[in-house]
Amino acid sequence: MNKPQELERNVVAHRRRKNGGAPVQKKGQSQRIDGPHGSSYLSTRDLVKSYYKGKIEIPVLRGVDLNVVQGEFTTIVGQSGSGKSTLLHLLGVLDAPDSGEVYFDGRQIDNLPASGRELLRNRTFGMIFQFYHLLPELTTLENVLAPCMIRESVWGYWRRRRQYKQRAEALLERVGLSHRLRHRPCELSGGEMQRAAIARALIQSPQLLLADEPTGNLDENTGQEIFSLLRSLNTEQQLTIVMVTHDRKIACQTDRVVQLVEGRVVEKQPS
Amino acid sequence: MYKLLLCWRYLRTRYIALASIISVTLGVATLIVVNSVMDGFTVEMHHRLNDVLSDIVFEGRGLNGFPDPEWHKEEIRKVLGDDLKGITATVVVPAMFNLTVQGESMMQHGSLIGIDTQSYGTVSDFPQYLLHAKNREQLSFALRDEGYDDRLPSSGWNWRRKRITLERDYLRQMQEAERLRREALGEPVAMNTPPAAETPVTEAAPVTEAAPETAGPVDPFQRKRQAAAEEHVFDEMKQQHPGVVLGIGIASHRYRDADKEVKDIFYCRPGDDIQISFPTAGQPQIVADNFTVVDFYESKMSEYDHTFAFVPLDHLQEMRGMVDPLTGVPSVTQIQIRLHDGVDLEAAQQKLYDRFPPQQFGYSIRTWQQLQGPLLQAVQMETTLLNILLFLIIAVAGFGILATFFMIVVEKTRDIGVLKSLGASSRGVMTIFLTYGFSLGIVGSGVGIVIGLLFVVYINTIAAGLEWVTGRPVFDPTVYYFQQIPTVIEPFTVGWIALGSVCVAIVASVLPALRAARLHPVEALRYE
Ligand SMILES: Nc1ncnc2c1ncn2[C@@H]1O[C@H](COP(=O)(O)OP(=O)(O)O)[C@@H](O)[C@H]1O
Ligand SMILES: [Mg+2]
Repeated sequence: MNKPQELERNVVAHRRRKNGGAPVQKKGQSQRIDGPHGSSYLSTRDLVKSYYKGKIEIPVLRGVDLNVVQGEFTTIVGQSGSGKSTLLHLLGVLDAPDSGEVYFDGRQIDNLPASGRELLRNRTFGMIFQFYHLLPELTTLENVLAPCMIRESVWGYWRRRRQYKQRAEALLERVGLSHRLRHRPCELSGGEMQRAAIARALIQSPQLLLADEPTGNLDENTGQEIFSLLRSLNTEQQLTIVMVTHDRKIACQTDRVVQLVEGRVVEKQPS
Repeated sequence: MYKLLLCWRYLRTRYIALASIISVTLGVATLIVVNSVMDGFTVEMHHRLNDVLSDIVFEGRGLNGFPDPEWHKEEIRKVLGDDLKGITATVVVPAMFNLTVQGESMMQHGSLIGIDTQSYGTVSDFPQYLLHAKNREQLSFALRDEGYDDRLPSSGWNWRRKRITLERDYLRQMQEAERLRREALGEPVAMNTPPAAETPVTEAAPVTEAAPETAGPVDPFQRKRQAAAEEHVFDEMKQQHPGVVLGIGIASHRYRDADKEVKDIFYCRPGDDIQISFPTAGQPQIVADNFTVVDFYESKMSEYDHTFAFVPLDHLQEMRGMVDPLTGVPSVTQIQIRLHDGVDLEAAQQKLYDRFPPQQFGYSIRTWQQLQGPLLQAVQMETTLLNILLFLIIAVAGFGILATFFMIVVEKTRDIGVLKSLGASSRGVMTIFLTYGFSLGIVGSGVGIVIGLLFVVYINTIAAGLEWVTGRPVFDPTVYYFQQIPTVIEPFTVGWIALGSVCVAIVASVLPALRAARLHPVEALRYE
């Protein structure tokens, strides 16, 4: 990983936090290596990904070109099995594409070494899932603190534990879970679990939130509530969000809807 | 940080893993107990053996011995100088002991040792193991009046007199009965009157019922009369044969009675006479002689108690023809040497070999450890074997841990995916499970050590309790040398056991941990 750039990005993130979430104009814009699509924040170029069942190739993505602008709330829709989750995993560097590139903030990220990708997942991206994926042995508060614990050594965490705890409590308050700090995930409802997962995704002040069907497992009202939470995060903190959803009602409330058809992206106007 | 927290939470929520570690705990506990008891046995046995035996035995080849022990002793004194604490010359020969038990003769075999009463006590703790308190102070081969042991309330001169009186009385009664029977049959009285009655012997009694062969040149009654005449010279009421200190195992049998009490049956006791046969020097011939038991030797080392008998050195030398008839210089078969505490036995042995090189002299010079090599080695080997077996048990427990851990990793697959999606490295995930195994190993062996040590400390109480519950003796003093189970706790051994078992736990968790680390985050997240 390129250290100076990493440092710079952190500084930017920090400044934005101080400014109350307003995007900061980057200094040294000329240094920035742009992706193939100009000023886009997150972009992919000709992403190809197939799975293999024995020797049979199952092509899932056949050349995805996607551009996400900073601060935008993008929705990816598509049939079940069309490769939406696969695409999201590629964006979140959880998986590597067969060919094609992923660019974030002007840098190619799909070819980073393992430690670089881990750092990116820990600090720069936040992820939420359909099945919440909270750790059942930890309390709500500990789940939210998990990314901090992963990042810090025992000693470092011990020194900053107050600071982290305050931030986690503030976030839980923000998502409306301040009364469930010491509960285990199994003692929470679906909506509450998703809120905790959102708080966990936000704890390291990420620059990009990737959400894989966050409302897919919730009833309509709760789903709408969760969506409103994401929407407000997007508008208040200018958080860039890429969300996969099945729900047309929710999809049409976002800035931009992208459809995956036969492994390619088809742009859709929110209707 | 998350590694420790998760590890801790997994420990607290997954008791199945603790169950898998129980076998490690038990293995560790047994290892500690076995090692402590075996060490206790070894140490105790070393003490016993070293007390019973002298430090170095200087031995000639064969039963003829070597002449002039005084010159040899002087030379050994010169070689060893101040290291020497005690030295004595002995004669050791194999022997048969013929005990008369209730009219029947009983044979035992063992070693007859001729000892010098003055100096033999300086090379070993021999006097300590005698039953009579006065003999413990200064050994004498003269029979004492009484006061041998609680097990032998009637012994010594008093017993000897009582026994002889009873025997004579019995003999007289038998002869009286015989006489009466013959009278009733109208036969003339053929038998002698009992010697105790002092009636004159009817010399010319006709032998009516005697068969022609008995009436031949050797007249059985003639022989009997000779014996009586001899008896007249040697009055067993007032005199004794040369004394013998008999190993208590030769003269007794230990058993448990119906109430599970340990009891001894004595075949003979101080004051009784026994016959000992042994080979002479030179052209070996068996000679037999009567000895009077003057004391018992009880070292509690059953092997020695069952083989050793001690007689006066000069008498044995005379009987075996080991005294040069011209010069009067005696021979001995052994010189036993005691060194001061802390002197290196092997170095002393080497010095003696330098003075008496084996090429020139036919002496074998051995330390007590070398003499007892097989016994000590057997105990050592037993310990090693048990250790290997028990460690195999812990290794088997390791496979249990392996299986349990694999199950836990499979169960945690999705969580591992989540951790990776939150930025945890493969190494970190691996550390979680290694730490987990390590903590389980620590817990398992820690508890095992505590249980093992408690068991060792209270082992005799536990043995007594088990005896009480099962009604069977757990530790049988009729079998072992000791009254209680001896134990020694070696911190070094305990440390090794703990280290070994923790290592087994870690090694067993390596494979599952590697599997966890290798999990692909996407596959793990999709895992249902
Ligand atoms: N590990 C895998 N092996 C084989 N096929 C897979 C694997 N993971 C996903 N797929 C297939 O890839 C396709 C896309 O999956 P996914 O991205 O989860 O679709 P979506 O999220 O749009 O429902 C599906 O047809 C699925 O069966
Ligand atoms: Mg999906």
